[in-house]
Amino acid sequence: MSTTTTVPNPTDLEGKLNLYRSQLALRLFEQRAYDLFLENLVKGTSHLSLGQEAIAAGFAAAMRPTDWTFATYRGHAHTLARGVPMTPVLAELLGRSNGLMAGKGGSMHLTSVEHGVMGSYAIIGAHLPIACGAAWSAQYRGTDQVAVCFFGDGSVNIGAFHEALNFAAIWKLPVVFVCENNLWMEYTRTSEVTAVANPAADRASAYGLESIIVDGNDADAVYEIAAAAIARAREGGGPSLIEATTYRHGGHSRADPGKYRPDAEVAEWLAKDPIPRYRARLLEKGATEEQLREIEELVAADVDLATEEAKAGGVPGEDLLMKDVWADGGSSWRN
Amino acid sequence: MAQLTFREAIARGIAQEMRRDESIVFLGEDIGAAGGVFKGTVGLLEEFGGVRVRDTPISEQAILGAAMGAAMTGLKPIAEIMFADFFAVCWDIVVNEIAKSRYMTNGQMTFPLVIRSGNGGGLRFGAQHSQSVENWAMMVPGLKVVVPSNALDVIGLMAAAIRDPDPVIFLEAKVLYSSKMDVPDGEIVDTLGSAKVLRQGSDATLVALGAMVPKAIAAADELAEMGIDCTVVDVRSLVPLDTTTLLREISATGRLFTVEENPRLCGWGGELASIVSEEIFYDLDGPIVRITTPHIPLPAADALEDMAIPSIERIVTTVSKSMNS
Repeated sequence: MSTTTTVPNPTDLEGKLNLYRSQLALRLFEQRAYDLFLENLVKGTSHLSLGQEAIAAGFAAAMRPTDWTFATYRGHAHTLARGVPMTPVLAELLGRSNGLMAGKGGSMHLTSVEHGVMGSYAIIGAHLPIACGAAWSAQYRGTDQVAVCFFGDGSVNIGAFHEALNFAAIWKLPVVFVCENNLWMEYTRTSEVTAVANPAADRASAYGLESIIVDGNDADAVYEIAAAAIARAREGGGPSLIEATTYRHGGHSRADPGKYRPDAEVAEWLAKDPIPRYRARLLEKGATEEQLREIEELVAADVDLATEEAKAGGVPGEDLLMKDVWADGGSSWRN
Repeated sequence: MAQLTFREAIARGIAQEMRRDESIVFLGEDIGAAGGVFKGTVGLLEEFGGVRVRDTPISEQAILGAAMGAAMTGLKPIAEIMFADFFAVCWDIVVNEIAKSRYMTNGQMTFPLVIRSGNGGGLRFGAQHSQSVENWAMMVPGLKVVVPSNALDVIGLMAAAIRDPDPVIFLEAKVLYSSKMDVPDGEIVDTLGSAKVLRQGSDATLVALGAMVPKAIAAADELAEMGIDCTVVDVRSLVPLDTTTLLREISATGRLFTVEENPRLCGWGGELASIVSEEIFYDLDGPIVRITTPHIPLPAADALEDMAIPSIERIVTTVSKSMNS
């Protein structure tokens, strides 16, 4: 089994090396997933987080194992960042029985309850109210768990976003809403279809929340803001709404080459790629080339191993087809 | 034994379960301080407090999303959608999220939750506050669908729905809220997926649901005077469906009449007719006949609404004509 990608707090060099490893693991995993699409081993659709890794990695580093992640259909990175091993995630993409959900969910619905990954949701905005419910449960049961809910800039214009923000604010729920603003709502520039310049942050005041924008391509900055918002939620201070600016290096989904984006814009953001940027910072902070190369080799080996293990997985059997509609494990609707 | 209205039975059923289990919480619009717009939740806030009985904003997606998130993390929420018509604004949470997530996650999650809602017509509320939506829910894999027809069943089926580990859509016929019956004291717990034979006859079987059940019984009384002896079965639960009882009672008389409040197309009676045709076709002595609301939105005027929804008279006429033809 390949290693996992959870990281300790990145407050010292060792922690930062771990955060580098985590981001790199997400990057190399997504690149491998893309290669496997091209080989036609991954069927259906898939939405990659290439370029957005610092957000998933930075937040995961600030979360406790008992906290909850709610992700979207662009959820591979958020799932891996919580410590879910690569093999079952990749196997799920390949539709194999050793997949995270034995092939029943697929790329858009990655879930690992044991790691606090409470689902990846493929209907825009739907999981914001669901994250409120988990946060309500933590509040009611008096645990100090926090729900962290990630979504894209396109989600801020759907009703569920506004219902959830108001609901979380009035009930003072321990939930952190994180808008990954990658500037493009599928194939359309977000600013062309959004009434305000900062799609999430400019809406915060409507719910009595602070307007927060963070550089989503800087894992340290993300970690700091995440740690503060999560701590506030944990202490009973209520929800936060964070807008993390970033850019996806590829198209919206597998089917989209992303040609609608100006070359200059793509080039500008590739120059802000969070991973080389973080690597350079580590060298400045005293990490050695050898240390970084060792991490890079280990992560690459992990991805190779996960690929082998995923490909070796079996085809899901008919027994799975009719299983687990109901809590009794079955699917019967009549006697 | 006490005489109880259908609306009082709702609060009694919920209270019975909330006393037993601290993980049961209840949320919805106007359910607390106001006691529910139909007064079905009177007394719950006073007994259980505002932490367990919580008023919400008019945000149906937030209500059901919160119920789902709470259910997946250890609570047993009951959520109210005031009018079943409002399911249309939060149907994504019901259909795409609550119903599918257990299957999609290969059984990692369980959703022990109940969504109760005022359903159906008869109160002259017009097309957006009178729909019968049980068939919307019935056709979605992953939802259980319960429709009680009297106060006793409300308590017992509510308890069964709350105790069930799966999501249950609990539809209350609004027109029955003021109906009364004697209900025994003490704990009442029923079983999901069990139809009830309310009247045993030999000539025809009337299968009815919710508000159509008392009408089917009244029609059977009139038909008896005309020499047509009817069995009446209260379906009570569309999912799971008690086909054992239904097929037995339909076989016994050889004739099936469904009485459905829903508009004609894709009503539960169509599914039942299909099952009967496939499995006991040779036990039938005549055609299956469905008595439904026509395929129209419900009108508001009392005269028009009464023409639309199956009446005792229409049941009697339809059954007697068909039996005598």
